[in-house]
Amino acid sequence: MKDFILEFEKPLRALEFKINELEKTPQDGNISLEKEIAKLRKKAEKMHRDIYSKLSRWQYVQLARHPNRPYTLDYIDLITKNFIELKGDRTFSDDEAIVAGLAHWGERSVAIIGHQKGRGTKDNIRRNFGMSHPEGYRKALRIMRLAEKFNLPVITLIDTPGAYPGLGAEERGQASAIAENLLAMANLKVPIIAVVIGEGGSGGALALAVADRVYMLQYAVYSVISPEGCASILYRDASHASKAADAMKITAPDLLKFGIIDEIIEEPLGGAHHDPGLVAARIAETVTGALDELSTMTYNERIEKRIEKYLEIGEWNEG
Amino acid sequence: MSPWFKRDSEKLSSSGKRDMPDGVWIKCNSCKEALFHKELEENAQVCPKCGYHFPISSGEYVRILLDEDSYSEQDADLRSTDPLKFKDSMAYSDRIVKYTKKSGLNDAIRCFSGTIEDRAVELAAMDFSFMGGSVGSVVGEKFSRAVSRAVEVPCPLISVSTSGGMRMQEGLFSLMQMAKVSAALVRLANLPQPFISIITNPTTGGTTASFAMLGDVNIAEPDALIGFAGPRVIKQTIGQDLPEGFQKSKFLLEHGFLDMIVERMEMRDTLINLLGLL
Ligand SMILES: [Zn+2]
Repeated sequence: MKDFILEFEKPLRALEFKINELEKTPQDGNISLEKEIAKLRKKAEKMHRDIYSKLSRWQYVQLARHPNRPYTLDYIDLITKNFIELKGDRTFSDDEAIVAGLAHWGERSVAIIGHQKGRGTKDNIRRNFGMSHPEGYRKALRIMRLAEKFNLPVITLIDTPGAYPGLGAEERGQASAIAENLLAMANLKVPIIAVVIGEGGSGGALALAVADRVYMLQYAVYSVISPEGCASILYRDASHASKAADAMKITAPDLLKFGIIDEIIEEPLGGAHHDPGLVAARIAETVTGALDELSTMTYNERIEKRIEKYLEIGEWNEG
Repeated sequence: MSPWFKRDSEKLSSSGKRDMPDGVWIKCNSCKEALFHKELEENAQVCPKCGYHFPISSGEYVRILLDEDSYSEQDADLRSTDPLKFKDSMAYSDRIVKYTKKSGLNDAIRCFSGTIEDRAVELAAMDFSFMGGSVGSVVGEKFSRAVSRAVEVPCPLISVSTSGGMRMQEGLFSLMQMAKVSAALVRLANLPQPFISIITNPTTGGTTASFAMLGDVNIAEPDALIGFAGPRVIKQTIGQDLPEGFQKSKFLLEHGFLDMIVERMEMRDTLINLLGLL
């Protein structure tokens, strides 16, 4: 994968580059040089921690969209065994912005559904940058029904800028497809767990994320409209996206505070792409724990609890 | 928003009743014909010349649909809080006050328990004049309570939507209202009681992508704009002009997302017929 440095990481990368250069110079027992390197390493470590301890919300967005960030298929590969992809909505086409299939998750057979972004231009065109048409949501619904039939839990991985806004998408009922998923997921007999692994972009994200448990990776974001979209409406200028991200409070810690998500799954310093294996292991552990808990309930209990949970979301005054 | 609607909505009293002298002329937004206010009033705010449906308030819709003196408003005192402390050019909390003053409404939906030809129904009707009919916690909660009442009675639920989508000033709380209203509808969907969704101009975003599209029967007023993405966003994305009639009622009917298009004057009779069969 091509290296990709975010703007706010540049001073750190410059320092790391300097350390590398110094390490390459012949040492010959040069004590002052060794000391210098050790000092710089310490400085780099501190800088790294400093940067990541006070990330702005806009920097979270950049991390959530990082081109080297692990995507759905990467996690499927790292976490599951015997993955078999299932394709098509049986009506119109196979939408590759969403992948779905069956796999072994530890001891369990599960259905996995997730948004899939592409790597590089060609792959991204194939995946439509993770922006699904109605067929993607209908494929997801088909696989959920399949999971219900075989009593398999459903695990969804959320990573999309949003549902695709285009002619075909509207013609074929983007709104209807999303709405049908919301209703079906609220009423699904098997456990559903959603993990926001990158971008949780509005209705296109929610169409896979009505669940018994909703987790977010530490640097993932989840919002009602993209910060750019919000800025272009409220500030008449998409370049105010950073301000919009702050106003909408879209990070995992924000949403945990609001009680909208259940838990944050921590990422290594620098983001999930610095250690995908570690993040995959943490996702596996959290989701497996939740499945153990959910599988002790009857389906009626699960559905009632799920409905009650959503009915409680919101803030208002009365009287 | 048309100047007519702005001017008129400012004069809505809290009961939603229009306060306008009968002799006032109004220019039709569509055919530009000058119409008497009284003439429009008697025709459910539909232009008698060209059939253009002027936007109307929830208060007017309830009078059109439900039996006279049969209905009472529910949960009228729910008001938005400002969970995000949201601020753009104006604080969200001030914006709510401003819209309340301007429209005489507490939020973008009003709910009523009443009857249609003596059959009990719950009605949830939206108001575009309150922050573009955007859906936040109050709309989500009031809609969900209307569903709960319909489940409890049990009786049919009727919604009238007009909305620009989710209210970004409430951040993810507003997106979650899509899940909330859908979750509420599960309980009604499990009963043999109809949910009839009436969709009016315009209805876009998460409102379309949740309850508006989930009716057992979906009905639209003529020539209403109904979609997920707004036309401006689509145009920007694809970089070309949109075809004539795109995302209008007829387009949705032809693509299979509506059961019928019904003129406002025929809406009550249509409901009576439908409910007689369900
Ligand atoms: Zn006219």
